[in-house]
Amino acid sequence: MQTLKDAVIGQTVKVKRLHGEGAVKRRIMDMGITKGVDVHIRKVAPLGDPIEVTVRGYELSIRKADAEMIEIE
Amino acid sequence: MSIKIALAGNPNSGKTTLFNALTGSNQFVGNWPGVTVEKKEGKIKGHSSKDDEVILVDLPGIYSLSPYTLEEVVSRNFLLDEKPNAIINIIDGSNLERNLYLTTQLVELGIPVIVAVNMMDIVRKNGDKLDTQKLSKELGCEVTEISALKSEGINDLIEKAIRVAKSGKKMVAQHSFEGSVEHALAHIEEAVLHDMPESEQRFLAIKLFERDDKVIERLNLDSRIISHIEADIKNCEDELDDDSESIITSERYAYIASIIGSCYTKRNKGKLTVTDKIDKVVTNRWLALPIFAIVMIIVYYVSVSTVGTWATDWANDGLFGDGWHLFGIGSSQYDDAVSEYAENEVFLPEVKTALEGANEAGITGADELLAAAEDKDFGAFEEAYGSYGEELAVKENGKYDITPMLPIDEEGEFSDTPDPADYGVWVPGIPVLVENGLVAVNCADWLQGLILDGIVGGVGAVLGFVPQMIVLFIFLAFLEACGYMARIAFIMDRIFRKFGLSGKSFIPMLIGSGCGVPGVMASRTIENERDRRMTIMTTTFIPCGAKLPIIALISAALFNGTWWVAPSAYFLGIAAIIVSGIMLKKTKMFAGDPAPFVMELPAYHMPTVGNILRSMWERASSFIKRAGTIILLSSIIIWAGSCFGIVDGIFTFSADMELEDSILGIVGNAICWIFSPLGFGNIKATIATIMGLVAKEEVVGVFGVLDFEGMTSLAGYAFLAFNLLCAPCFAAIGAIRREMNNPKWTAFAIAYQCVFAYAVSLMIYQIGSIFTGGLNIIGLIAAIIVAAFIIYMLVKPYKAADKLTLKTKAKA
Repeated sequence: MQTLKDAVIGQTVKVKRLHGEGAVKRRIMDMGITKGVDVHIRKVAPLGDPIEVTVRGYELSIRKADAEMIEIE
Repeated sequence: MSIKIALAGNPNSGKTTLFNALTGSNQFVGNWPGVTVEKKEGKIKGHSSKDDEVILVDLPGIYSLSPYTLEEVVSRNFLLDEKPNAIINIIDGSNLERNLYLTTQLVELGIPVIVAVNMMDIVRKNGDKLDTQKLSKELGCEVTEISALKSEGINDLIEKAIRVAKSGKKMVAQHSFEGSVEHALAHIEEAVLHDMPESEQRFLAIKLFERDDKVIERLNLDSRIISHIEADIKNCEDELDDDSESIITSERYAYIASIIGSCYTKRNKGKLTVTDKIDKVVTNRWLALPIFAIVMIIVYYVSVSTVGTWATDWANDGLFGDGWHLFGIGSSQYDDAVSEYAENEVFLPEVKTALEGANEAGITGADELLAAAEDKDFGAFEEAYGSYGEELAVKENGKYDITPMLPIDEEGEFSDTPDPADYGVWVPGIPVLVENGLVAVNCADWLQGLILDGIVGGVGAVLGFVPQMIVLFIFLAFLEACGYMARIAFIMDRIFRKFGLSGKSFIPMLIGSGCGVPGVMASRTIENERDRRMTIMTTTFIPCGAKLPIIALISAALFNGTWWVAPSAYFLGIAAIIVSGIMLKKTKMFAGDPAPFVMELPAYHMPTVGNILRSMWERASSFIKRAGTIILLSSIIIWAGSCFGIVDGIFTFSADMELEDSILGIVGNAICWIFSPLGFGNIKATIATIMGLVAKEEVVGVFGVLDFEGMTSLAGYAFLAFNLLCAPCFAAIGAIRREMNNPKWTAFAIAYQCVFAYAVSLMIYQIGSIFTGGLNIIGLIAAIIVAAFIIYMLVKPYKAADKLTLKTKAKA
């Protein structure tokens, strides 16, 4: 299974499915990362985590541990 | 009839700016009932008369109405329980898609909604187009364009909002979900909600479909009904192959995507915005850390080293001290006079010879006095003489006693020093003025003491921090408003989250190394309640400026000024933060609520001066109001404790009470056994520790260098460790109380700090005793148990919570 964590900087990927449950999953979805949306991976923080992505036209910072819950195509 | 309008919107949508523009100075800041989230209310400017008030309630900045974060639950409860007459939903026009997500939830509540599209100036500048009429038609509510920053469209907005609120027309959401979802919703409405008002049914049905535990609890449904609707939900979930919550969220975004295409045209797709360009540098993999360091150095340099210190010194030594030279007129002449005085009367050749001899003989403090004399620094010399003069007089049979060579009066002070009031324009300090007044009316001694040392001194202690805080708060407000603060969290997250802290915890800790009071106050920028509480609890572990004299004293008196004592104090402070963070995040109190790890990086923009000043003033005044009382009260109590006492069996008052005879001394004597396991169970050390609550530098005042005779260096270090880590001074406790905004949490923070300090000190003394001899088996066993517990807490696995456990009160 390929997740957002595995995506390379500069890549634009399509979200296939969200795993996990409860607060963190809902939060990720509330911020606009839902099934079928395009996510562009902008950069990695200087210390290697979190990552910055562009989704629905704005910038979002997300930890790698949470990015692992996001399955991509 | 008074009208209540709620202001709702995403964080960074310009909500605060709009709120300020609408209400002006008519604001009341309080708390939401039962929780520590700030609640702001205000009367709308120009539309409120006595019997026709329009009240605007500022909801917390939220992205959704989920049951998982405190802010969202607070907002939901307000909207459901208090049913405002209308909701103004402010949305950021340059980030329409995500902002409309909250809108789709607000319109389901049945309350009339008016959408205010903010930052339209930016949208137009980008060449993008938004068809507000079309959007209005799609959403089924009024949509109006504004620019909160430039106050454009504000009047139009408020007139429309009042009209909508007065009309009382219920809002009906226009969007619909997928067929199978609608089917399930209809079932739920029929089965559970049919006797509720029709306008509220939609929202509740959706929440029940999402299995929202807070709504289920609220409706008090019995298990039979829940299992009945559960079947509908399950069917729908199976059909769409996802859980119900995700289905609704996806459907909302799908709906937004379907309407946005027809209302919004983006001209420059893929072109770099200003924010993109700035971020290319500021959060660059290689440049981010150096830039962050530079920003932090500037913040520290201005708010702690230079302007902040000048302001604090002026407040403490000028306004609440002897007085000051107006605009510095006469300062330089006065300084010259002091130099001349020192040259002729103090820094005499025989004094220097004596000091050189004392220095070679290795008498403590001689090096400091000598250095001051060589630098011709009278202020430093006077201070060092106060600390070490006595030591010089008695050591080596008084061979190096410099006191007879100096112009010292009976009270041990330098006499005939130049009077600053003789030079330039001298403004006497408040205590001087009050004292003159009290002497003029022949006020009783004790009352004069109470007013001067207790009350004026206490007020001075509160206000003395304000100027520095203002400088710091201006910085913080700027960093927050321009968007850099979110980048700090992005850059530092990796390090701090391991200790249960936020990347934004860096600033409180950095400022805390100057003074813990603004340090604790700086934690306000951390949105997440858990991270904020953890930061508040641990910030004062970092040695602040007032703790430096304690470190210097112990290092000079017991370690011959060894180089490693001071760095070890900082190391101890940082270790205390890390260990506490890891331990505390596993406790029930901190593991309770889930923390959202997903954070928006908002677009950069230039904040207005007005907004920065307002934010600065809100914070400074809340410190004065809410921290001030506790600081003032405790200053008075400690003052009374040190001036009243029992001399020769009679209860008396004396401004120059010997500490041992005072009530404070008696209390200290009674409780000093507590510190025996730490190696400093003597009365002086105990009183010093209590006095440290007033201000940490007071510890040094109680403790002359001579008092350490007979104390081992190990005990001295244990004393140092305890005083560095235990409860901070009253001013910082006041700041903690203000920021925790909750008596239970304040008490927990202070108790934790004291217990932790005791544990660390115990381990240092008892385990250290193995190497220095004087081993105590019981003490050692206790220390090992404590150490074992701490290690257990450090390695224990951590599990994050998934639900918001906090119960919010339904009604105010």
